Amino acid sequence: MDVSFAITGKGYVIVAADTTAARSIVKMKTDEDKIKVLSPHLLMAYSGEPGDTVQFAEFVERNIRLYHIRNPHGLRPQSAASWIRRTLADSLRSRRPYSVNLLLGGYDTSEHAPHLYWMDYLGTMVEVPFAAHGYGAYFALGLLDRYHDPEGSLEDGLATLRRCIDEVAKRLVVAPGQYKVKVVDKDGVREIAL
Amino acid sequence: MSRSYDRALTVFSPDGHLFQVEYALEAVRKGTCAVGVRGKDVVVLGVEKKSVLQLQDPRTVRKVVMLDDHICLAFAGLTADGRILIDKARMECQSHRLTVEDPVTVEYITRHIAGIQQKYTQSGGVRPFGISTLIVGFDPHDTRPRLYQTEPSGIYSAWKANAIGRSSKTVREFLEKNHKDDMSRDDTIKLTVKSLLEVVQTGAKNIEISVMESYGKITSLDLSQIEAIVAEIEREKEAEAERKRSRLAATAAGQAAMFAAGESSAQ
Repeated sequence: MDVSFAITGKGYVIVAADTTAARSIVKMKTDEDKIKVLSPHLLMAYSGEPGDTVQFAEFVERNIRLYHIRNPHGLRPQSAASWIRRTLADSLRSRRPYSVNLLLGGYDTSEHAPHLYWMDYLGTMVEVPFAAHGYGAYFALGLLDRYHDPEGSLEDGLATLRRCIDEVAKRLVVAPGQYKVKVVDKDGVREIAL
Repeated sequence: MSRSYDRALTVFSPDGHLFQVEYALEAVRKGTCAVGVRGKDVVVLGVEKKSVLQLQDPRTVRKVVMLDDHICLAFAGLTADGRILIDKARMECQSHRLTVEDPVTVEYITRHIAGIQQKYTQSGGVRPFGISTLIVGFDPHDTRPRLYQTEPSGIYSAWKANAIGRSSKTVREFLEKNHKDDMSRDDTIKLTVKSLLEVVQTGAKNIEISVMESYGKITSLDLSQIEAIVAEIEREKEAEAERKRSRLAATAAGQAAMFAAGESSAQ
């Protein structure tokens, strides 16, 4: 039931995810953070099988950190995405695969450009200007096709995100109540209240 | 199976020594000097840097490394062995965070490193690590600086100030004479540089200083900063020598005067 969106713009990536932790038809919690900060310029929104998601996200977080300590520079978004995809693909072919879907948003500090990767539990990866996971994707992608501006300012991006969230709230039977929104740009990662 | 008796290089000699471990300590004694000094709320690591060759990139030769955000390590001995041990320690730091969601304490990672070093004195087909390490840092939610040492045998211990590597005995004796509790940041740095100057003849350009001031706050001093400290120490030494000289001259003059007075009264 998780819903997550991500939108790139001029020098930034916005990543948003709902904050509901649910089990069956019961909401257990409404302030769950499903966006991990992997490095000073890398964000990862995760959704899928509860338990798998947190386990996998923490595993990724620690490995990215270990890489950063071992090497003078941390992984760039492209490299981090490749490594995460590979880990998911290996997991899929193991005895107990992770079923986790991801949105990976990062800002490449060496080429000064934002990057967004859409990944699913099958190890599919694609770089996209905007992305969504979960039921929200069925309602949001059309809107994003219409309103997304790759050169838009942060305000434009947030306005587009609001459209998506409103549309989901209007049409989806099991729409989540709240979202957590994080932005990554040249200054790093910060949280934004919508 | 009968061959498994001679698999280990580390077997006791009849008088109870482990020669391989003692040779490892010898490798440490041949390594470049490293010093750690604890102050009031700061801990400083200083190492003797080997001069790199003219065409070598000095940035690729590192003797002080980070294990995690809040822990720093310097070693003396075989650099190649150091690299392996450091990698194992870094893995443990992240693994610890993954399992208990908390950063390691300095004592924990020291014990882990010492544990690895001990394992290599008691298993088959391996040789001990030819390095001693100084591990400094701050525990999470704590303001007290920590300084630990490990040895090839797997011994680990906590210190106020210590030195490892070449001429470490001279430096340790210097530290024993000059270390005071609760030193300020500048005093701690100065003592570190001063103690290193005991054994580093070439001065500032062969000294590397890392300062850790609180959890995760670590800085490396520039060459110019170290040069300034070295110059200050030189000035102090000069002034001290000058005082000594004038004192000596005064005593000599006094003695001469007394001698002359004695002679004249004898006449």
